Amino acid sequence: MNLTSAASPTDELELVLALRAGDEDAFTDLVNRYQAQMVKIALAYVPSHAIAEEVVQEAWLGVLNGIGRFEQRSQLKTWIMRIVMNRAKRRGAQEARTIPISAIRDEGADRGPSVEPDRFRGQSDQWPGHWLVAPEGWSGIPEDRLLSKETLAHVGKALEALPESQREVITLRDVLGYSSAEVCNVLAISETNQRVLLHRARSRVRAAVQRYLQQ
Amino acid sequence: MTKQNARDTSSEMTCQELVELVTEYLDDTLAPSERVRFDAHLSTCPGCTAYIEQMRTTIRVLGKLSEESVSETARRELLATFRTWKADVAKRDG
Repeated sequence: MNLTSAASPTDELELVLALRAGDEDAFTDLVNRYQAQMVKIALAYVPSHAIAEEVVQEAWLGVLNGIGRFEQRSQLKTWIMRIVMNRAKRRGAQEARTIPISAIRDEGADRGPSVEPDRFRGQSDQWPGHWLVAPEGWSGIPEDRLLSKETLAHVGKALEALPESQREVITLRDVLGYSSAEVCNVLAISETNQRVLLHRARSRVRAAVQRYLQQ
Repeated sequence: MTKQNARDTSSEMTCQELVELVTEYLDDTLAPSERVRFDAHLSTCPGCTAYIEQMRTTIRVLGKLSEESVSETARRELLATFRTWKADVAKRDG
């Protein structure tokens, strides 16, 4: 997880001032810190990596043009991520008009239980609500299989299949390692809402990983 | 939220109930009484223990998606964007 991106307030102020003064090193520093995160965030809204990079490129120009007006009421990182998000959302909406991406997404995934009800014993059973067949741990699965390119590609697909509201939360929390407070701040949602969306998203991704590992 | 309010806080937790609380458990935001029921269930249920381990592994795998470096092309393009921006600002202010 990427937890190295939080800048201290003085550090941030210096960066902002340097950037306003047109300091190229300050810009490079910011790119190193945030570019990869920005692409991941953009990917939550647009259908391809290439488009995500385009959006981020535009977002950087937005950052440069807006840095003169940036007031330190919010964190620099939060401000930058909101710029990316807004542009990616707009671009995502445009793309959706040409490619029916929403049509292939699982709209049912924003409701429903975390685990299919038929995996649990019924009301007439001696142990209602308990596992019919208990899940098996994954500790026997070799690390190189678990973290293989193929597994990661399946996880990426599972993310794509989520409703947008779930995908943005899980991208920030689990892909980028933001704290729940940061996520609530960037997305302007409540703690409860954030947790519900995250839980649904994680449950769906877990199920997808299981299907892949056990096929 | 009515479903949450209707949670029976006195009886034993079921596996089906537990899987809905895993994120709150991992974030350590369960109400104390619920945490007690959660831990009690977990201590006797290998299936739910395995389920939580699967969830932790899923989160770990998700974290690996971010390990990507910035492409050289992107870096070059961004630097060009920056220099154009700087030149424009200089022109406007100069």
